[in-house]
Amino acid sequence: MTWTLILSLAASAYFLKLLGAVIIGHWVMPPALERCLMLIPAALLAGLIAKDTFTVGQQIGVDARAAGLAVAVIATWRKLPFVVIIVAGVGTTALIRLFV
Amino acid sequence: MHHFSAPHARRLISASLMIGVAFVIFGLSFGVLAVSAGASVLQACAMSLLIFTGASQMSAVSVIATGGSAASAFGGAVLLSGRNAVYGLAMAPVLRGGSLPSRLLGAQWVIDETTAVVSAESDAATRRTAFWISGAILYASWNIGTFLGALLGSSINPSDFGLDVAFPVMFTAMVASHLRTKAGRYAALFGAVAAVALAPFMPVGLPILVAAFGMLFGLAPQSSDEVTA
Repeated sequence: MTWTLILSLAASAYFLKLLGAVIIGHWVMPPALERCLMLIPAALLAGLIAKDTFTVGQQIGVDARAAGLAVAVIATWRKLPFVVIIVAGVGTTALIRLFV
Repeated sequence: MHHFSAPHARRLISASLMIGVAFVIFGLSFGVLAVSAGASVLQACAMSLLIFTGASQMSAVSVIATGGSAASAFGGAVLLSGRNAVYGLAMAPVLRGGSLPSRLLGAQWVIDETTAVVSAESDAATRRTAFWISGAILYASWNIGTFLGALLGSSINPSDFGLDVAFPVMFTAMVASHLRTKAGRYAALFGAVAAVALAPFMPVGLPILVAAFGMLFGLAPQSSDEVTA
């Protein structure tokens, strides 16, 4: 983690907030552009979930992380509290690594 | 200073504190993971103070933690924060009329959750109160959580606790609200498949940027089953 990354990210993130909230506050965004921007979290977060569960570097594989993810998906689907989702997901993977 | 809508303040404070509790836990997890990915306590805290948009911070740390380049960490995180410009447009009327310093500070607090709290209110004065109360409480919660997590993270060995799976677990909790629409589910499916299928063929971090192309499902006209969140 470098300060260059942190500060450039801070500047960009703040600029995007400022852009909407202050600079172009009156502009009506084209609906298609707004829909695309609002879909980025779905695409990217799902991509990050898949990457962090099923890959190590450039290798694809299934290991104890998949079980932790499965438990987290069920906990999220059941609308359990945030802390329960984290503890259940991380705990499942940790227990499997401990005993298998 | 803005005129606050006093009768609603107590209700808005308790609503914000409920989200704030989740933010402390979430920030704590972020702090632990940031430090385990090589950030110092100061860097982890600087990220939450200056970037203050959880998904982007988590995304950058996740890409760095798995060996991706700073450029791909930056790209993914900036794409993720693009929606704050959309929220900003929705929040602009709330900030309008305030002094320039208050608008510059307010802009930093435009995130998913403050937008959600404000959007639940109908009249202009209450929306303004809702924004400043939720913004202050959530900003404080997120940064307190990060600080505690970063301290915790530097005193334990995260790999002893299966914390590598904490990334996908946190992202799972975060993505749920984005899967309510058919377009959201298609975008997620595209992103997940791209991120794994391209992994053997690209440097670490790049498949995530390809995953972002799932946003193009937004070019299709909104179908009838869509509900606006």
